[in-house]
This record gives sequence, C-alpha cells and structure tokens, in this order.
Amino acid sequence: MTRRARNWLAPTLFLLLFFFYPLVRVLLLSLRPEFGALPALAALPEFLKVLQFTFFQAILSTLLTLLVGVPIAYLFSHFDFYGKPILRALTAVPFMLPTVVVAAGFNALLGPRGWVNLALMGAFNLSIPPITFVGTLSAILIAHVFYNTTIVIRLVGNSWAQLDPRLGHAARVLGADSITVLRRITLPLLRPSFLAAALLVFLFDFTSFGVILLLGGPQFRTLEVEIYIQALQFLNLPAAAVLSMIQLLCTLVFSILYTRVVTQAVVPLNPRSASMNIRPARTMREKVFVSAASIFIILLFVLPMAALPARSIVHLEPDRGERGNFQPALTLNNYRELTINRLGSVFYVPPVEAVRNSLAYATITVILALLLGFPAASALARPARLERIIDPFLMLPLGASAVTLGLGYILAFNRWLYAPLLVPLAHTTLALPFVIRSLQPALASIPQRLRDAAAVLGASPGQVWRSVDLPIITRAVAAAGVFAFTVSLGEFGATSMLARPENPTMTTAIARFLSQPGGLNYGQAMAMATILLVVTTTAILVIEKIRLPGSGEF
Amino acid sequence: MPGFKVKMLELRNIQKTYEGQPLLHGISFTVTSGETVCLLGPSGSGKSTLLRIIAGLESAEQGDIFWDGENIAHVPVHQRNFGLMFQDYALFPHKSVRENIAFGLEMQKLPRAEVERRVDAALRQVNLVGFESRRVTDLSGGEQQRVALARALAPDPHLLMFDEPLGALDRTLREHLSAELREILRKSGVPAIYVTHDQEEAFTIADTVMLLHDGRIVQSGSPDEVYSRPANSWVAEFLGLGNLLTGVVSRREAAQIVKTGAGTFSLKCSHAHSEGEQVHVLVRPAGVVLGGEITGESFHGTVMDILFHQSGFKVTLDNGMYFYLPTAPKIGEKIVLRAGSMECLG
Repeated sequence: MTRRARNWLAPTLFLLLFFFYPLVRVLLLSLRPEFGALPALAALPEFLKVLQFTFFQAILSTLLTLLVGVPIAYLFSHFDFYGKPILRALTAVPFMLPTVVVAAGFNALLGPRGWVNLALMGAFNLSIPPITFVGTLSAILIAHVFYNTTIVIRLVGNSWAQLDPRLGHAARVLGADSITVLRRITLPLLRPSFLAAALLVFLFDFTSFGVILLLGGPQFRTLEVEIYIQALQFLNLPAAAVLSMIQLLCTLVFSILYTRVVTQAVVPLNPRSASMNIRPARTMREKVFVSAASIFIILLFVLPMAALPARSIVHLEPDRGERGNFQPALTLNNYRELTINRLGSVFYVPPVEAVRNSLAYATITVILALLLGFPAASALARPARLERIIDPFLMLPLGASAVTLGLGYILAFNRWLYAPLLVPLAHTTLALPFVIRSLQPALASIPQRLRDAAAVLGASPGQVWRSVDLPIITRAVAAAGVFAFTVSLGEFGATSMLARPENPTMTTAIARFLSQPGGLNYGQAMAMATILLVVTTTAILVIEKIRLPGSGEF
Repeated sequence: MPGFKVKMLELRNIQKTYEGQPLLHGISFTVTSGETVCLLGPSGSGKSTLLRIIAGLESAEQGDIFWDGENIAHVPVHQRNFGLMFQDYALFPHKSVRENIAFGLEMQKLPRAEVERRVDAALRQVNLVGFESRRVTDLSGGEQQRVALARALAPDPHLLMFDEPLGALDRTLREHLSAELREILRKSGVPAIYVTHDQEEAFTIADTVMLLHDGRIVQSGSPDEVYSRPANSWVAEFLGLGNLLTGVVSRREAAQIVKTGAGTFSLKCSHAHSEGEQVHVLVRPAGVVLGGEITGESFHGTVMDILFHQSGFKVTLDNGMYFYLPTAPKIGEKIVLRAGSMECLG
C-alpha cells in the first residue's frame, strides 16, 4: 500500500465508523415508513413552529451580531489605541468558551440570583428579582451576539483593514461626498466578507443548542433542542431522526452557500498590509467613538465572564434551612461542596467526579485526535487528487449537529460499546476537523527547499527531520492538542445525549446544577463553571501563543 | 482666443509638517490655463503631500490656496472639481472600465446619455475604444494608466494633477505615454501639475519645471532654463548635469580664479564672490576636446572605466570625473582634455 493510502487508512476508517455510520442510522430511522413517518407527520404544526422559531432567532441573532460587530470591526481595522491587543483578544475568547460557561456567566450577571438583580433587590428592598433575563428571547439573542461577534470582527475587519484608502480619496476627488464613498466604494468592496460573516454567524446560531436550552428555557425550542427533547424526554427516536435529517439538510445548504461566497471575494488591485490603515484617533468625534466602543466591548465581553468567578466565591443569600440574619461574605464553600456527596444532591457521586471524568475524556480525545489527525494532515499537506476528494468530507463534522451525532451514537452503538467510551469517541469525531485544520498549514509550510538545503549541508534524513521538521511540527501538534482538549472539555450537545448520570462531565454537571433550584446547587454551578472557564481560557491563550500565524482562520 | 478665460491656481506660503518634522517650508507658485507645471524632487520631499493639499485631502498648517482669486481652503474635496491621477491609479476594482470612467460624471449628476457620450469621448482620447466592459483587474499596466487618465479627464476638471503616474511602466511605454500625455494636455488646455522624481519625464512634459528641495522651491523655469542655468549645486547634482567640483576663490577679478582639487581655473561668474569663499563648479561632460597640453584650462587623468552610452563613451577618470568621448580610449591610458563648459554655481 502506498504511503499516502496508509496515511488515510486510520482517519478514514474512524470517520466512516464513528461519523458516517451513526448518521446513516439516523437517516434510515427517519425514513422507515412504519413508525417513523406517522408520528412525525402528526406533529407537523408543532414541527413547523419549531422550524420557524429556529430561523427566526437565527436571523434576529445574525442581524444583531452584524449591528454590534461592524462598528467594532471598523474600530479595530482603523484605529490604534491603548489596550487594543487586550480588547482584541477579549472579543475572541467567547467563541471557544463552552456554552454552559457562557450560560452560567450570563446567569451570574443577569439571572434571578445574579449580581444585577441582587444589587437592585438590596438597594430598593424588593422581594422578587426585578430583571427577568434568563428565560427570555433577549437572553438567547445577547448570548449569541456575545459568541459570534468575533467572526464579524475578524472577517469584515480584515477586509476593511486591507482596503486601499486611496480608492476613497480618488472617489472624493471625482466628486463623491463621504456617504457616497461608503455606498459606492467601501460597502461593495466589503460585501463578500460581510456576506461570509453573516452566513457563518447564521449557521452557528441556527445550530445553537446550549444557549437555547440553558438561557432560553423550555418554551424556546429550536430544531436542535427539539431533537434532544424528542430523543431523551419523549423517547421518540423516529421523530428525533426526522428532525435531525432536516437539520442536516439545512446546515448543508448554508455551508455550501458559505463556501461559494468566500471564493467570490474581489481580489484587491493593491492589497495594503493591514497596518497601513491604522492610526491613532485624532478628531474629537473619533476619540469619542474609540472610547465608547472600548467601554461597550468591556461591558459586553468582560462583564459576564467576570461575574462568574466573582459569583462563585461569595455567599450572598441564606442557605436552605438557614434562618435569620446572615452575612454576605467571601467563601470557598461552593468549591468545597464540589467534593462532597450530599444527600439529595443531583448526582450519585461527588460532583468533583465530573471534573475527573471530563479530564479523562479530554485526554483520550487528545490522544485519539492527534493519532488520527496527524497522518491525515500529512497527506493534505501535499494534496493530490485523492486529497481533493476526501477533504470536504473530513470537514463535515464541523457543520454537523452535535446533538444529531449523539442521537446517531445511541442508535448505532448503545448495544455494543461500553457507554462511557462513547463520549470521548464523539468528542474525537467533533475535534478531528479542528486538529487537521491546525496541523495542515504547519506541515504544508515546510518547504522541501529547507530539507534539501539541510541535506546538501550534510544532514542525514533523520537529522533533517529532527532539525527542520520537528520544531515546526511540535508547535503545531501542541496547538492542535490543546484545541482538541478544549473542544472536548467544553462539548455539551453530544455529551448531553450520551453521558449517563453516574458518569457526569463538567458540562452536564453545570447544566444540571443550573436547572435545579436551591442556593447550594447554584453556588456549585458557579464554582464548577468557573473552573471550566479558567481552564478553557488558559487553553485558548496558550493556543494563540503557540500556533503559527495564518492557520486556523475560518 | 476670444472669450478664453485664463484660470489660475495660486499657492501662497504653504507650510506643512509630517510627524513633527517640517516638510514644506512655504511653497508659493501659480499655474495658469494651458500650462503644465512639473514638480521635480527626490522621494519623500513632500511632492505628493502638496498635491493632496491642493486636492483638499489634507490641509496645510499655514498658507492659502486660491483658485481664480478665491480662497478655497474651506471647499471640501468633492466640490473642488480638480482631477487627481494617483501613483498606482487607485482604480475601483469592482467596477468595469466604463464604470470607472463614468464615476466622476455620475457625481456631477449628468443625464445618462451625456455620461455615455463623455465616456466614449474619453476612451477615444486615451486610445482604449473597445475596452468598456473589461474588468480593470484584467488590464495591463499601460492600459490601467490610460483608464486612470480617462477617469481624471472625463469630468472636465478645472485643474489636473498627476502623482508619479508612469512609475510602474517600462521605459518604452513610459516615453510613449508621456508624449501622449503632453499632447492631450496641450489640446485640452487644462492647467496641470505633474509630480515626479524622474527628470526625463519632467522635461518631456513640462512647460515649467519646479525643483523641490528640503521643502522649498529652489528653482523654477522652463526645462531649457533649468538645464542650462541650474540655480545651485543641488539642482545640478539632482539633474545629473555633470561633474561637480568644490573650489576656493583665490583672486577676485572679472574672471575669478578658482582652485579645485582637479586644478586651478579661471571662470566667468555672475555672482559676487569674496576671496577665500567656497564655490561649486559644474563641469559638463559633453563637448570635450581631447588632447592638448596640460594647462590651466584642461583636465587630465588615468582612464579607470569606460561605459557605452547613447551620448558617447562615458569615460571615468581616476579623479572621479566623467566625460563623454566619441571614441573609447584604453583603460589605464592617460588622457588630457578640455571641458566643453565650466560654470560657477555659487
């Protein structure tokens, strides 16, 4: 067997078995006439409402994200100001955060027991929380904006920074006022990146699961949530299967649209390096804009995530059974409680077990994903006809619904595989595209010339590999590994379908804590979410530091 | 021409700094109808900035700009009706040739038919008939340049400005297009300011050449004037007019004696110099007479290098001076010659 075929053997087999096969099982179930179609058809008006709402919230979220993202993109692509690198990094962090952490964060800030409500209740002596946020459409929309603004900032911002300012000057000399320049020159040139960003944001909002479930609540049902409810609560697997197929179809259409739009970008005649357009704010109007935008960024991107750890270390309400006065105080009680298996707690085991499980799953995911992803990335680094055919299929798990994947695993493997292993296998499937996409540019970037030069200078093949390939590869492998680790730790959709109550992960644990009443459970949710936040953020920052520039963008 | 109004651009004492350093130190000049003024100077001397100030894209810190006697400092860019051709053309990549040229006309809110007519006329003027629907990204450098020119000409601007527009082209194309440009400017009679660092280009196109050095205009005149009577040694050096020697005035008479490193010569000079004053002498390399005795009027040295040149063999001597000779001597040969002209530059 050729080396190329050997490279592809393991990853292809893995994806066939653990991605395509489960999806095929879902498809088959959805098509079975005897008991699949009828209940699904009977529920049609319900289903139509679900589909409508999915589109509605996705469109609304996308519009809001564009509204917020475009001015910020303008800010970053045109101005230099104090604290810019930090703010830029801050807007990028939410995208990689687990949905449960984001949900916990917004809960900590704006939920019934969150900072704002408690402060208002204390200040005005109210008995019920005045602000209703969790459980509203606004919560869903704002959380989506929080997540996806960075896509708009990156895609539109990069395009904008590379725009030749002299095109605008030429237009002005020819008689165009500022608005006309915007309308006839700037916006048409930005349109491809604008559309690409809009489509990508829409795709993510369309398939959103954790945010809808945890911040929206039971009355908001998108396709993704409906699949989950049908499968796990109503045990109506055929209905879930039908919904999954529709979900897959929609995401496929939008993914194709996206790749179409991205390739149609107008090639600039004289692309400027991004730094040429950037200067400090000069006029009063510009300074006001920069300050206002910076404050807005801090409010939207920092506040929810800062509220979370802050909330986890304070004791602000009386516990169950506590009467009379109590002192609000700093406390590590919530963290301590994680290690205790309390009677009446949500789990059969101490919640800290969830941390151990998550770390174990993540480690398995990293090892598997690297073992499978590395040969695939090597082959892709020097693509031939075979690679061009296989490549799009490798990237499919990126767009596939995690919940659907979970459903597919239930259908395909529940009888054969020991249940806990299903979780890291699902994580590996979901992480594989990220790993391959991270490794591929690094492996492709080692020009043969470097190896030739080393060889001519007297290095043996082994020495060549060690001195040329290895340093470059090591960085990329480290970045890819951390990527896989983060994906696994934060995964919620598939895990919520597959994880058993006696083997919780951090994400399912937090979700459970958030949905149960009681101050203790709330506190533990905050504590566990904070741990997850810290670990994930650290991982993200590590990735940013060690990965090669230019790899891993959309 | 009866009824022909002479329009004039006047700059008075324009001052500009760049990143805290002074760039333009009080620029004043005028441009009238039918005149092409060329601003010649090294890169970074502020030429492009001056054009941008005239166009209104930047403002001067001090000084005024008058058009037809009116101060236009507060007139916004899009209302000045000047034309500007950018260094790398700044063509709109998302528009076709036709749409690029039509842009300025559309801004003037002209009726559709008139726009079409003017675009066609512009295309004919620059020899690009048939290119209407082409994407500007598909064009060659010379074609792009002509589209940029047509785009600047089509709206019939009151004043045309060119910012090093031929920089990206090869020599033949450059010569051809600068001649074409001159023809178009002559026919239309629009006043024009042309900015370049290329001396040949400037001398081909300009009626008036202005040399910009250290933020000031150090000489202004016709190409012939500048060429034959450079104002100072910087001008002579920038234009590559010949060998520059420094010397000391040793006797003050009608014909002054100047002692230089290459010998002592007596020169006629229009400046008044005092004894011991340092002066610059320009020794033009052409029109030399080979041979003769080593006298107080001749140069001599050992041939170090010979280069073939259109104007003759460029012979460089061991004292660093160079001359054009019709026949090539041998390297190492000692030669004596008398220069065609020697001028004192003050």
